[in-house]
Amino acid sequence: MRVLMFGWEFPPYNSGGLGTACKGLAKALAKKGAKIFFVMPRKVDVDADYLEFIFADKSKHFVVNSLLTPYSSVQSYAERYIEEKTSNSLYGQDLFEEIERYARVAESIASSVDFDVIHAHDWMTFKAACRAKKVSKKKLVVHVHATEFDRTGGNGFNAKVYEIEKQGLEEADKVIAVSNYTKRKIIEVYGIPEEKICVAHNGVEFENVCLERAHKLKEKNKIVLFVGRLTLQKGPDYFIYAAKKVLELKPNTIFLVAGSGDMECFLINKVAEMGIADRVLFTGFLRGRELSRAYAMADVYVMPSVSEPFGISPLEALTHQTPVLISKQSGVSEVLRHCLKADFWDIDEIANKIIAMLSFPELGDCMLENSQEELPKITWEKTAEKCMEVYSSLKW
Amino acid sequence: MVSVCFYFQVHQPFRVRKYRVFDIGSPNYFSYEGESNLNNKLVLEKVARKCYIPANKLLLKLLRKHEKFKVSFSLSGVVIEQFERFFPEVLDSFKELVKTGKVELLGETYYHSLAFLKSRREFVRQVKKHERKLWQVFKIKPQVFRNTELIYNNELARVAGELGYSGVLAEGHEKILGWRSPNFVYSPAGAKRIKLLLKNYKLSDDIAFRFSERSWSEWPLTASKFSAWVSALNGNADTVNLFMDYETFGEHQWQSTGIFEFLESLPKELLKHPDNDFKTPSEVIASYPARDTIDAPYFISWADIERDLSAWLGNKMQLAALNSLYSLEQDVMQTRDEALIDSWAKLQTSDHFYYMCTKWFSDGDVHKYFNPYESPYDAFINFMNVLNDLKARIDDKLKRRKLLNDNKHL
Repeated sequence: MRVLMFGWEFPPYNSGGLGTACKGLAKALAKKGAKIFFVMPRKVDVDADYLEFIFADKSKHFVVNSLLTPYSSVQSYAERYIEEKTSNSLYGQDLFEEIERYARVAESIASSVDFDVIHAHDWMTFKAACRAKKVSKKKLVVHVHATEFDRTGGNGFNAKVYEIEKQGLEEADKVIAVSNYTKRKIIEVYGIPEEKICVAHNGVEFENVCLERAHKLKEKNKIVLFVGRLTLQKGPDYFIYAAKKVLELKPNTIFLVAGSGDMECFLINKVAEMGIADRVLFTGFLRGRELSRAYAMADVYVMPSVSEPFGISPLEALTHQTPVLISKQSGVSEVLRHCLKADFWDIDEIANKIIAMLSFPELGDCMLENSQEELPKITWEKTAEKCMEVYSSLKW
Repeated sequence: MVSVCFYFQVHQPFRVRKYRVFDIGSPNYFSYEGESNLNNKLVLEKVARKCYIPANKLLLKLLRKHEKFKVSFSLSGVVIEQFERFFPEVLDSFKELVKTGKVELLGETYYHSLAFLKSRREFVRQVKKHERKLWQVFKIKPQVFRNTELIYNNELARVAGELGYSGVLAEGHEKILGWRSPNFVYSPAGAKRIKLLLKNYKLSDDIAFRFSERSWSEWPLTASKFSAWVSALNGNADTVNLFMDYETFGEHQWQSTGIFEFLESLPKELLKHPDNDFKTPSEVIASYPARDTIDAPYFISWADIERDLSAWLGNKMQLAALNSLYSLEQDVMQTRDEALIDSWAKLQTSDHFYYMCTKWFSDGDVHKYFNPYESPYDAFINFMNVLNDLKARIDDKLKRRKLLNDNKHL
């Protein structure tokens, strides 16, 4: 099986879960004997001997130099475009022009590589993948990690992005959704027939786990952690509203907000306004060892996402022996039982559960003990197995 | 001679309503009026409709029809209380059954609690309270005792004997029986005055658990097939003890499974064999000698495949909750406040701990079915929030009392 895989980022050069997911899946697929050509929009210094990367800027391929990051909204792209325009005039006018350009390059990549199936991850790769399908006449699998609906919480989503997603989903021969939650969205919001969609839950990898729990902050405080982009989708605002409620009963608590994004200013102002600025610390975007450290030192990890197609981070927190509270509006809640769950909008319930975890250590102990049996069953191997099934269901 | 001895357990807990930490300060623990399974009245209505009302009606008919037919019940104090409050006509139908003179009522802890594991004093208080309730409602004094979920050991038999009981029930498991048969009366080790009746768990569970299981090789179970199994024991058994939850009829096994038709034909089929009859637990004890002594140094129960205490005390949450609850005993008793003592005791009902059980992957399905909370973790959080409120109320009460006393001395 030779797979031409269109991705956007790859650890350590990732800004979120998409890169982590691509790596976990590609590695597991390679283990199952698949040959993966992993196409990325720009040259990055990644090292994974189980894949062949195509950066398209070496002699036989094209440069795909782009401003794109998979999570940028149209507006934030425009802002960055203005910033960067002066330094590099090669960049296109807007996000969609970049996508077009990338799609044109995909055509020549598709004709220079020998493969059996195309597998594309999320909307920014869809145009490229469709173009590759057109020139190669090979079957196309699109993998949905998030939709415009998730990113915007259903409010004011970008019609152009929706169009690209819809077109990709329609042109695909099969769609892989990361959860039943996402599958429902693809049916309801994009009108894709149910039988075309398979669900393959994400897995979790146990690597580079830091278990250093001690920290100066912890001498007098318990720590509640948020990790994620500071955007509407991830619900950081619900996290700080819950923090305010928790602090009324548990003043010796520190809330760590790890991530960056367009809501950062709003959140910092809000925290100050609520008078809890000394209790809510913004760390900025964390990766690698720093992120691992944050997971390990936390007493509770909270994922209050408004709409989370899957959500790998709670699994990462659990591998660091930190119990988790997750939004019911998430795909991961379909595979994780030994955790606490709440509706993202139910601030009282989120606070109630955070307080319980801080008050009764037996609660976290029990969840961790049981999740150690549950976690090993949530593997990328299973995801890869599902993908292989999907590939073989397509006759070519 | 084989005497078939039926014992049906009737119990419903006072489930704790959704109680967040922010609700602390509100003394209202058990009265949820919404649509979920935390609404005790709704649950009782549902179970009454599906089980108690039709099953009582059927039993009354059978008792009148077959002179030899007899059964026994144990009704927890908390279920009687709920009948009185929400559904007096159901309690009336139980009274009618008792009036036939062929229905024995057993003694248990009023609150269907785990008190025996934590406090002898509280255990005895609850057994006495239950006896008073049975006298008040049915004008009977129970002769045979069954502890919550058939939790049993030698010590329990001894204490029940001291409390005046002539018999005690337990699970007829190999753990205590070894090679011996559950179909005889036994003596508990170290307890002279009291006899032991053991549940025939195979035949009991054929009805209670396997009746509607289509993958079971004996499905469908008919009354004549079941009676043939019982009759085959003649010459090798004194009694066949069929112990089960009363909710088996219509609630665990739905009406559509044919469970009521099965029950309806069972007395007739069993009585076809001239050497079969029915006896209540105290009649079995009076009729048959103890064949041997059963030593149960460790606790057993009728729950799950483990038949131990792990359904209630299997994880750290359950232990923490139980220990915190019983650590309040002395203080709550000192308040001499009936309402506080009653709330504290209602929290002792074993179901609250069962809801916190995390043994989901083996026999978890049963637990999940009976759990009105979203998860065992939610059950624990709710319980601990209520407990913290109760503790605050107790402290408050004692403080006020002390203040009053101090003022008096001034």
